[in-house]
Amino acid sequence: MSLEIVDSCVGCFACEPLCPNKAISAVMQPGEPLFFINPDKCTECLGDHDLPQCAEICPIEGAIVDEYGEALNPLGSLTGIPLHLLEQMREAECRQ
Amino acid sequence: MELPVISNAAPPSGGGGCSESGCGTEPDALSHLPDHIRSKVQDHPCYSEEAHHYFARMHVAVAPACNIQCNYCNRKYDCSNESRPGVVSELMTPDQAVKKTLAVAAAIPQMTVLGIAGPGDPLANPERTFETFRQLSEQAPDIKLCVSTNGLSLPDCVDELAKHNIDHVTITINCVDPEIGAKIYPWIFWENKRIRGVEGAKILIEQQQKGLEMLTSRGILVKVNSVMIPGVNDQHLKEVSKIVKAKGAFLHNVMPLIAEAEHGTYYGIMGQPEPTPLELQALQDDCSGDMSMMRHCRQCRADAVGLLGEDRGDEFTLDKIDEMEVDYATAMVERAKVHEAITTELEMKRALKAAPKFNPDAPLEDEAVPATRNIRIAIATKGGGVINEHFGHAHEFLVYEIGPKEHRFLGHRKCTPYCMGDESCGDGETVLGGIIRSLEGVEVLLASKIGFEPWADLEKAGIQPNGEHAMEPIEDAIRAVYDEMAAAGKLALPRADSAAQAA
Repeated sequence: MSLEIVDSCVGCFACEPLCPNKAISAVMQPGEPLFFINPDKCTECLGDHDLPQCAEICPIEGAIVDEYGEALNPLGSLTGIPLHLLEQMREAECRQ
Repeated sequence: MELPVISNAAPPSGGGGCSESGCGTEPDALSHLPDHIRSKVQDHPCYSEEAHHYFARMHVAVAPACNIQCNYCNRKYDCSNESRPGVVSELMTPDQAVKKTLAVAAAIPQMTVLGIAGPGDPLANPERTFETFRQLSEQAPDIKLCVSTNGLSLPDCVDELAKHNIDHVTITINCVDPEIGAKIYPWIFWENKRIRGVEGAKILIEQQQKGLEMLTSRGILVKVNSVMIPGVNDQHLKEVSKIVKAKGAFLHNVMPLIAEAEHGTYYGIMGQPEPTPLELQALQDDCSGDMSMMRHCRQCRADAVGLLGEDRGDEFTLDKIDEMEVDYATAMVERAKVHEAITTELEMKRALKAAPKFNPDAPLEDEAVPATRNIRIAIATKGGGVINEHFGHAHEFLVYEIGPKEHRFLGHRKCTPYCMGDESCGDGETVLGGIIRSLEGVEVLLASKIGFEPWADLEKAGIQPNGEHAMEPIEDAIRAVYDEMAAAGKLALPRADSAAQAA
């Protein structure tokens, strides 16, 4: 069992120092850091914390998913922006 | 009436930023401070209205992580076209930040201040932030170090801050009431948990206030930033101003909310209104009874470089810095010379301002002056304290309030220039509408030149354009315009109205 960081991650480094297993690392690529959770080390914080620390501090909805691909912070859960407005935003971004 | 204070001397930095006399003419907001504090801040571009025309600052973006969410922030911070706090183009390691700082300090000797302001919260990235400070205090002792924070981790960092000789800290405090805080901060990260709503806001507020007290009790200067959010905390900020002053903050900077839908912030998407320039100014006036207010803040990006209001970050990207050879020991000698020249000039200006002024034309004290009302005048300027910008090229207008005897600088109003490029005045119509809206409350606009088309629209909107004072010092021009209007009887206070205004 392991969590995964997907490509909507903005590379803010907030999760990296919190991981009790040091499972998160930054892969410095030109322009943007990308974060990676080592599945062999991730325990989803069982035994260390009540809740997975990376998902607790992550500011980006949908950026951290579980083994079934389910977002730990679903759309709208962190910002409180209603889903239909988020949808409109995304459509506007696609048109650009 | 002002003496013509060495107004021919161009600021040593050349253009950029805003007008030399633009902000320095209002009674110095720092003059009430004790000497030891004033001497620390009077050469700091972000604190002293006078100094910001001479000294430059830079921010290094080493602090990406944040421990709270604010409704005016979107953590997708990488954007080159936006200018607002929390936005950067390039994230840096401490080593890269130190190299960039030394390169900028050598190239721009007026750069006296290095700040860490994000794009997240500097104190939520303590290793990166303090490593940068540690290296810089060793390698560049002539640079002042500053940090800004949301305050959540501040109490834990005060000892470390004191160690690095950081004598200026900015805390963003938007409220002291958790119920209001819950409308601004959806969550905080605290003791390994995301804490939402009123409970989270309460912890944040307690930490901010505790941090403020700890800093001031150690003699570390604290400026408080507040974001004015109409309908959320606007009235409440008067109370915030009183409280932070009582706890020893030396300056309060009330800034307008930036909430554009395309920024993707909660407030932007939800259509939360930004304050109008007049609402902002009214609140700043209300708060100023309790506190020194700052009016020249330009809400810089977290990687801004140069004078306030300008950004030379493009000259110092990582790949360009890599190719630069910096001999900082030599640069420091040069910097010291430049700083001394600026300080001498500023001291002369201060001395001249403090000197009693004699004006043979001034009416005697007891001579009856006809009552005339105050008006607001907008100025198009590229800097240097003179009216030297075309209306169509202006990115901002400086707004002054002037009355029969005194004038003061109120602030700047940003806008999209009417002429976007060399030949494209195509969108002029809608752009002009935006400019006119941004000039709410202004009755006269002085520019070095104004085109025929915008002229008519400005007049229609009740703003009198005037191009007759091109290249004149701003203060002389606004006084001349005011006196002319007063003499023509345009500024008389209608009797019924004057009673109503006084009420």
